[in-house]
Amino acid sequence: MSEIRPDKSKLYHPKMTSTWWLKRPNYVLFMLREWSSLFIALFLVVFLIQLHQLTYGPDAYRAFAHRLSSPGWVIFHIVALLFSLYHSVTWFYSSAIVMPLRIGERLVPRQLVVGLNLLVLAVVSIVILALFIKLHG
Amino acid sequence: MLTHDIIIVGGGGAGLRAAIAAAEVSQKLSIALVSKVYPMRSHTVSAEGGTAAVLRDFDNLDLHAKDTIFGADFLADQDAVELFVKEAPGELIQLEHWGCPWSRDPDGRVSVRSFGGMSVDRTLFAADKTGFHLLHALFQTSLKYDRIVRYDECFVTSLLVDGGRVRGITALNLYNGQLEVIVAKAVIVCTGGGGRVFPFTTNAAIKTGDGMALAYRAGVPLKDMEFVQYHPTGLPGTGILITEASRGEGGWLKNKDGYRYLQDYGLGPPTDTPVHRKMELGPRDILSRCHMQEYSKGRTFEGPYGHYVHLDLSHLGEEVIDKKLPFVRELARNYVGIDPVYEPIPVRPVVHYMMGGIHTDVTGKTPLDGLYAAGETACVSINGANRLGSNSLTELLVFGARAGRAAAEYALGQPSPTSNPLEAMAKDERQRLDRNLIRKPGGKERIAAIRQEMQKAMEDGAGIYRKEDEMKNSCNILRQLRERFSNIIIEDRGDVFNTEVTSALELDFMLDVAEAVVHSALNRKESRGSHTRTDFPKRDDAQFLKHTLAHRTPQGPRIEYLPVTITRWQPEERKY
Amino acid sequence: MSKATITLNVARYRPGQEPAPKIQAYTIPYHNDWVVLDALNYIKDQIDGTLSYRWSCRMGVCGSCGMMVNGVPKLTCAAFLRDYHPQEIQVEPLAHFPVIRDLVVDINDFMDKLKSVKPWIIRKVEKPVSQGEYRQTPQELEAYKQFTQCINCMLCYAACPVYGLEPEFLGPAAIALGYRYNMDSRDQGQELRKPVLGDHAGVWQCTFVGECSEVCPKDVDPAAAIQRSKVEAAKDWFKSVLLPWGSR
Repeated sequence: MSEIRPDKSKLYHPKMTSTWWLKRPNYVLFMLREWSSLFIALFLVVFLIQLHQLTYGPDAYRAFAHRLSSPGWVIFHIVALLFSLYHSVTWFYSSAIVMPLRIGERLVPRQLVVGLNLLVLAVVSIVILALFIKLHG
Repeated sequence: MLTHDIIIVGGGGAGLRAAIAAAEVSQKLSIALVSKVYPMRSHTVSAEGGTAAVLRDFDNLDLHAKDTIFGADFLADQDAVELFVKEAPGELIQLEHWGCPWSRDPDGRVSVRSFGGMSVDRTLFAADKTGFHLLHALFQTSLKYDRIVRYDECFVTSLLVDGGRVRGITALNLYNGQLEVIVAKAVIVCTGGGGRVFPFTTNAAIKTGDGMALAYRAGVPLKDMEFVQYHPTGLPGTGILITEASRGEGGWLKNKDGYRYLQDYGLGPPTDTPVHRKMELGPRDILSRCHMQEYSKGRTFEGPYGHYVHLDLSHLGEEVIDKKLPFVRELARNYVGIDPVYEPIPVRPVVHYMMGGIHTDVTGKTPLDGLYAAGETACVSINGANRLGSNSLTELLVFGARAGRAAAEYALGQPSPTSNPLEAMAKDERQRLDRNLIRKPGGKERIAAIRQEMQKAMEDGAGIYRKEDEMKNSCNILRQLRERFSNIIIEDRGDVFNTEVTSALELDFMLDVAEAVVHSALNRKESRGSHTRTDFPKRDDAQFLKHTLAHRTPQGPRIEYLPVTITRWQPEERKY
Repeated sequence: MSKATITLNVARYRPGQEPAPKIQAYTIPYHNDWVVLDALNYIKDQIDGTLSYRWSCRMGVCGSCGMMVNGVPKLTCAAFLRDYHPQEIQVEPLAHFPVIRDLVVDINDFMDKLKSVKPWIIRKVEKPVSQGEYRQTPQELEAYKQFTQCINCMLCYAACPVYGLEPEFLGPAAIALGYRYNMDSRDQGQELRKPVLGDHAGVWQCTFVGECSEVCPKDVDPAAAIQRSKVEAAKDWFKSVLLPWGSR
């Protein structure tokens, strides 16, 4: 390795500030992706508590569900849904990078992989939504 | 004082190959690799087209030798060429074993392609970034050897010579401005050529002929300096290289009438696909001259950076370009805003390579005991008066390895040096640098001004077409610039990473190299290879079948001559 | 010839002279085909000889001239003035590296990390040169080729916030080069690279911000190399847990 090194005492060491992630749009998007897991986790906790209410009987469950229809909780669930969708899209994008799809010698373009995954997500979502409407309908 | 067995100055292809070769000779040798830049920045990285060797059944060593000797206009030493073509295949396979990502045929063998002046396909390539891949493969492989100790960003300022032998080097440590003294039994100079003495060149900023000047000042002659190769296809203005491979794949050179003009100069007939040694696959010196003749006939384009012609690749199609010439496409788009898939690229001849350099024998040994040289900085000579494309990368490997092994054998046989006279010499060097550069007071000349005037003098006096009074004029200008150099301003008084001092050191070296080039050119009263004189337009084997040797004196270069070694190929007329 | 000008705000740092980098403004003639490097050369040649920076090839292949241009890591030989003019351009040393002087940073940390991934062909048995080349099909070459394109310019390190916050991180280029050799069909050294790549400061410290691949001037896509290395490392872990006596 190199025997000649700069004098450490004369180097200037730049410091990273705690708002480093505001400096580039991609950093902001990254932080949002990371925070999405927080919202998904919170949603799961609420959902598990909701399921747990079933052990207390149908009245307790209905009361809990009614509480969740307040504006605050609705907004929370919408936000969690948006973060979850964002997480899914970024996940599809990552999978295209981590496991590149090849047909013969040609590489399947990443946008196509993301697009196909989104399509599957949309179809499955529509099916579930249709089932929900039919059951409540 | 630092001590090693071998010092290698310059960390490009030749330097790294020499270091690995020396390390493989003996476990006992300690090898210093001293470079003014990190090795992966060396100019080897810019080479694009390929590297030649006889690997296929349809090829043979005599053919490669003949192509090379013919291309050199018979100024190459034929014993050196025979050795070169023989060792070339092994070196390239060795690079493959060391991980170089050569482009491949479907059966898994290393591919070969056509190149200028070669009778058959023998140029190996790694897409169109061969030099880049070669350099990185060599550098990364060199990291395996703990006995190769690197001194990165150390600028060598002088060779220490005592008792008729080289003893070591002095180098400016860029990190603290201190003068490092490294003592060794052998020194190998691998610092490349000096294209930056000219204004338009494919060469990087670091190609300032440092090693040539170092050896020159230590009393070693520079050989065949007048032979400067103009590459026919550089981008106007920047001089960025558009590789010969673009012609090897089938590109066409057209003048402003859309006419493939090379057919008018004995290189025809024009064919749709390339034919070896014909048309666009002719040798570089001839192609550059054809361009200049088209210019004098008013058949070239005019642009903001002067005259140019078109290199048309559009008929090759996007798939071929993206597979074989992706870097060319990137360079054209970025630097001239042209997509070669659809439009022709503007090109013109630019200085590319110096056939001349430090005089060595076939082992890389110079007349100074303990001093070796290899690569573009050396002149063995295998390239003679004109180099064929793709021989240079091979040359780095063959002669880098030879010089490394020779220096290693020499060092193993030497006792450890005493350092007494060297301490005094190092002190003198420190004072010289302080007085003339680092602590220099006053001055009124800007470094850039002297550099630009030198480059203009070289373009005018030592261009593609040369004439006696123009060369004499340039010699005078260079002398004056040498005087004016002692009056330069050094604004930067800092010790840490002072690049103004390094610019001045480089200019100092370049003035020596420039003088050697023009004086050698003035004394060669004939035209041969890349040295073309309008006052002596013919080749004169009777008087000038010999190498020029330029020795340094305070009044300027003293010119002597050395016969060319002819073995099996008698000089004949060079027609393609 | 236009008389247009452009202003560059360049970071200056001279050890002993200033405690931290400060900005110095230079106004120079504007040429629409100049790059930022041309502007720096003009400043050094004509205005201020004390400005220090690295450069060499000026064609985007040597990797010397990486700097922050308006806060974005770029090769200054490939950053055209016309993309910024008439706005001012801020030129600073590459982020996340200690600054030696002006626009020159200390890259020795990277050089050490590069060596640590053993970036050379490792074979159990070497084939003699006389037996010719190792056969490698074009498909086998494609598997690792894009990762050979790294010019060691370190723009990826300047873009990586993990490297900025945790300097022990192996980093994009070093991991990409380790991956390049692991994927080379001629190499047999995956085992030997595992300790460094699989270390907590190796591939696992990456949180896939992905900015490294965004700024890479050679489309190496180091982010892909790192994530795929994680998959390989995870597979190895599963194998070692489920098949402890299995052959490697």
